[in-house]
Amino acid sequence: MKDEKYTPLPRRPIGLDREELKKRTVTAPDGQTFEVDPIRDYYCQDAPKAHQRSYIKIVEDFFNWCRAESLWILGYGTGCGAIEMRPLMTPRFDAYRYGIQWRPTPRQANLLMISGYLSVKTLKRAIRSYEQMQNPKYVVGLGSCTINGGMYWDSYNTIKKLDEYLPVDLYIAGCMPRPEALLAGFEDLKKIIKAGGGEGANKYAENFEWYKANQKSVIKDWDMPDYNW
Amino acid sequence: MSFEWIQIPYALLTLLIVFVYGVFMTTIIRKMGARAGGRYGIRLYQTFVDLAKNYALRSHISHGIMFYLGPVFRLTGGVGLILFVPTIYGSVMHQNFAFAGDLVLALYFVFFGTLGMALGAGESGHPYSAVGITRGLSQMTAAELPFVLAVFAVSLQYQTLSITEIVAAQQGGFLSWTLFTNPIAVVAAMIGFLGTMMRSPFDVFLAPQEIPIGPPTEFHSAYLALMQTNRILFPIAKIVIYMNLFFGGATNWPVFFLKVFLIYLVSALVGVVFPRFRVEQSIRFFLIWGLPLGILSILIV
Repeated sequence: MKDEKYTPLPRRPIGLDREELKKRTVTAPDGQTFEVDPIRDYYCQDAPKAHQRSYIKIVEDFFNWCRAESLWILGYGTGCGAIEMRPLMTPRFDAYRYGIQWRPTPRQANLLMISGYLSVKTLKRAIRSYEQMQNPKYVVGLGSCTINGGMYWDSYNTIKKLDEYLPVDLYIAGCMPRPEALLAGFEDLKKIIKAGGGEGANKYAENFEWYKANQKSVIKDWDMPDYNW
Repeated sequence: MSFEWIQIPYALLTLLIVFVYGVFMTTIIRKMGARAGGRYGIRLYQTFVDLAKNYALRSHISHGIMFYLGPVFRLTGGVGLILFVPTIYGSVMHQNFAFAGDLVLALYFVFFGTLGMALGAGESGHPYSAVGITRGLSQMTAAELPFVLAVFAVSLQYQTLSITEIVAAQQGGFLSWTLFTNPIAVVAAMIGFLGTMMRSPFDVFLAPQEIPIGPPTEFHSAYLALMQTNRILFPIAKIVIYMNLFFGGATNWPVFFLKVFLIYLVSALVGVVFPRFRVEQSIRFFLIWGLPLGILSILIV
């Protein structure tokens, strides 16, 4: 057998240098040719805007009450906490009694639960999901992993303080918090929203540069536009 | 029937009553579904709050003109159906804009919203919307067949295309309802009814578990709120047609509320008891069980 020298495969480019994200010319079936720039054409690149409240206080208070009493959670779990959220839908805890419902798509959800440790890879998905949600939107961090890293505090691949990447409205401490603690946390979140404190989306829009810098400092293979949708 | 300006506020009043009733009825049906699953269920005013919240969301994203028009068309289907069908038989106030050929228009409006929705969901560009709308339209078409045949049978039986006259022919005791004079047509129509009520076993195109809620995946804030409003109005509008054609209509509001609730309950009961069909299974079900019954009902008449 011939002694072949080992040559590693060429490294696949990461981030925005990836082949499928580059500008290219496409020929349509009818012979027309046009340019496609995936990052610009498939996504909206406008930066988020801060939205004003209603001018009349009583209207805004009513809307806030509605928002608090109709929390739609994005059915998206990131860590071990996801398994503590599922019992809330079952007869034993039945969170529907408190106006809490689950939606399968970020477009229709108002509440993003970061349920436990968040790896860098998942952070990217969490950011995209958060940015697709409509203003006003809320983030709840579940468990000690989202507060200071918890038992993953010296992990090479998880983030420590969630608040540096997404505007968190409420933390529910514990490892893991039981479903009862979650229900108590939701009640606290309702109080915050009713008092007019649920302005995380506007905070995100106003401090957009800071959040993006933090996010890009941990996500090395950034392969999406700065603001998704 | 000649047109009077006073009909417009009267029809709007009907719409309001139907809307408020619909909100509570939808909530109660959802609560019953929850009780069947051992849960307590949502609060009685939850549907109102959800609607208000969705209308009050601050940001909207559009995907194009049809994306705007989709929910609008959908709501037009529901509102139009209520406006052109006599809600309470013999009442001047709640006769709405019924006219001699309103049955044809009603059949058109039943399908109109679905088509608008298909265009809107198509423009949203989400693959789940496309999958959902393909499944939904094919199933809806199959479910419409037995219903339309039953409607033809009824209109042949009474020799008229006016819903008011069909209701008039059914007055005088429940034995003169179409349910007893032409039971086969009613069975065929109820099979179609199950298919268009977006409940299990015929809800695979919404499929909240595997394709996130189907056609409305991309719809949010006010768009979604319009569609929720339609989800409240449209089933009742459809049930009003069924009630008028097959169950003797209603001469006052309490009878109306009771009959609408009971007819809605049929689909809710079936939905709670039976698991979901796949699309080809449900189409086969409509073609094997619904279609022959519909043809038979026409032949008998």
